Amino acid sequence: MRKVVVLVLSLLPAVLVPQAFAVIDITVTEGVEQPLPVAVVPFGWSGPADSQPIFMESTIGNDLARSGRFAPMEAKDMPQTPTEFAAVNFKDWRMLGMQNVVIGSLRETGPDSYEVEFRLLNSFNGSQLAGFRVPATRKQLRRTAHRIADIVFEKLTGVRGAFDTRIAYVTVKKTGSNSRYSLQIADADGFNPQVLLESDEPLLSPAWAPDGKRLAYVSFEGRTTSVYVQDIITGQRQKVAANPGINSAPAFSPDGRRLALTLSMGGDPEIYVLNLETRGLYQVTHDRSIDTEPSWSPDGSRIAFTSDRGGGPQIYEASAQGGPAQRLSFEGSYNARPRYAPDGRSIAVVHGRDRRYQIGVFAPGQGGLEILSKSRLDESPSFAPNGSMIIYTTVGARGSELAAVSTDGHVHQRLALQDGEVREPAWGPFLSGQ
Amino acid sequence: MKKYLALALCLAVGLTACSSKPKQADTSKKVEDRSATTDKGTQTYGTGTDTGGAMSALNDPASPLAVRTIYFDYDSSDILPEYQKTVEAHAAFLAQNPKITMALEGHADERGSREYNLALGERRAQSVKRQMVLLGAAADQIRTTSYGEERPVVDGHDETSWSQNRRVEIIY
Repeated sequence: MRKVVVLVLSLLPAVLVPQAFAVIDITVTEGVEQPLPVAVVPFGWSGPADSQPIFMESTIGNDLARSGRFAPMEAKDMPQTPTEFAAVNFKDWRMLGMQNVVIGSLRETGPDSYEVEFRLLNSFNGSQLAGFRVPATRKQLRRTAHRIADIVFEKLTGVRGAFDTRIAYVTVKKTGSNSRYSLQIADADGFNPQVLLESDEPLLSPAWAPDGKRLAYVSFEGRTTSVYVQDIITGQRQKVAANPGINSAPAFSPDGRRLALTLSMGGDPEIYVLNLETRGLYQVTHDRSIDTEPSWSPDGSRIAFTSDRGGGPQIYEASAQGGPAQRLSFEGSYNARPRYAPDGRSIAVVHGRDRRYQIGVFAPGQGGLEILSKSRLDESPSFAPNGSMIIYTTVGARGSELAAVSTDGHVHQRLALQDGEVREPAWGPFLSGQ
Repeated sequence: MKKYLALALCLAVGLTACSSKPKQADTSKKVEDRSATTDKGTQTYGTGTDTGGAMSALNDPASPLAVRTIYFDYDSSDILPEYQKTVEAHAAFLAQNPKITMALEGHADERGSREYNLALGERRAQSVKRQMVLLGAAADQIRTTSYGEERPVVDGHDETSWSQNRRVEIIY
C-alpha cells in the first residue's frame, strides 16, 4: 500500500452557488501531434449511486483533454476499473500501452463532508507518481477535481497545471438597438459562471488582482469612463478613477497594492500609477501621443505599454517609477496591448500586419515575433498563470468569441458562449498555493 | 448569494435609471435632452430671438450644420478636406451662439485593441475640437468624450462598415 499525502485546499470563500453547467463550451480544435495517453479510472463512491455528487474522473479527464496534450482513455476501453492501489493489475494496463493511470475514490464522511483520494500510477514500473487525500465540502469537489488535474498535468509534463483557475470576461447581449453588458467570472473550464456587474453601457478591460479576490475594470456608466475595483466575494466596489477624459486600462501591480492605468486628464492619454492604499498618484509617461494599455513586468520593476509616439502603435517600456521609455517591438506596423508572460521573458501583443490582427508573442531584445492565432480580428491576449496558454478574442459567426492557443502554437481551443458575444477575457491567478 | 443578488439588482436598477444611449442628434428636442443630462445642470439656452434663430439654423437640413458626423481614415485623427466646411460651420455657429454647448463623441472601428481605440476616439474628438476653437468657438463650449470601438454604427467586419464607424459625432 503506497501512502497518500493529505492535501488541504486553501480555498477562497465560496459565496456563490455552483451551477452544474458550463456557460462556455471549450473544444480543442487542434492539439499536439502525439497527445499523452492517460487513463482516469472512474472513482469509487461510497454512497448510493443516485446520490453521487460528482463524477471526478470526467472533470479530471475533460481538463486533461482540453489542454490538447492528453488523450484520456474511454472507460469502455479500460481493462479494469480499480479504485484502490492493491486492486490495480499493472500488467493489463501495460499490455495496452497505457503507462499513466489515475485511480481514486470519493467518500462521504459526514454532512456536507467528503474525502477524495487519488493516485497517479505508472503501470510500466508499478510506481506511484503522486497520491493525495483531500477533504472537501460538496461545493469544493469540482475544484478538488481541477486540483487533481493540475497535479497530474504537472507530474507528466513538468509544467504546473492551470485548471484550478478562473477567467473573467465581458458578455454582450444585443436586443434591437440595446446592448446589455455583463462582467462575469467562471472556472477555467467554463463552469460556475458568476455575474459581477450588469450595465447598459460598455464594460471594458477586467484585470485581476494577484490574490484573485478583486477585479479592476472600466465602466462607461454615466456615459463617461471610470475605473472601479470590485471585491469578488462581497460584490462591493470602489470607484478609483473618475477624472475628466479617459480613465481606463487598469493593471494591478504584482504586489496588488498599486494600479497602473491610463488617464487623459492632462490632455492626452498617459500611464499613471495609483497607490490603492494612500491614493497617491504619479505619472509614468510624458509624451504628447497615445500612451495606454500598461502591463507590469512580473517583478514589478517595469511597465510595458502601447504608444504611437513613433507614428503607429508599438510597444514601449519604462521603469515603473517613471522615466524615459524604450521601444520594444519592431516587427510589423501595429503592435498593441502588451501582456508580459508570467516568466517575464516574452510579451503577447495584438499584432497587425497585412490587414490582419492576430495574437503575437515576442521576446524583447531577441528580434522576431511569432504569430500564434489564425484569424484576422484577434485581440485581448491574456496569459494563463502558468504561461502555457493565451486566451484571446476572435470574430466568429456570432460576433466576438473566445479562443485560446498554447504559447508554442500547437494547441488551439474554441470557447463558445451559449448565446451573445463574449470579449475581454482575463485569465486569473493560481487560486491555491503550490 | 443574497447580498450579491441585491447588489446586482441595485446596480442594474441604478444603471438603467441613469444611463441613456447615444442617439443621432438632429432636433431641437435633442437640445433639451442634453441640457437635462449634462453635468452642468444649471445650463440655459437664453431666450427670445437668439434661441429661435439658433434653433432654426440647427434644424435647417440644407445648412452645413445638418452634417453631424465627421469620418476619418484608419488610425488617423486628421480632419479630411471634405469635412473642413462642416467643422467651419459648426465653429462659426458656436462662436455666434456662445451659450450653446456641444459634445464631440469620438469613435473607432473594431480593428486592433479596445483600449488603444478608446484613446484614438478621444484624439479624434479633440482634433475636431481644436479646429473649432481655432475657428472661433470657445473651448468651454465643447465637451469631448470617446466610446472607442464600443458603439459601432454598423456591425459588419469589412471596410464599408469600418469606414462608417471611424467617426466623431457632433451632438448639440
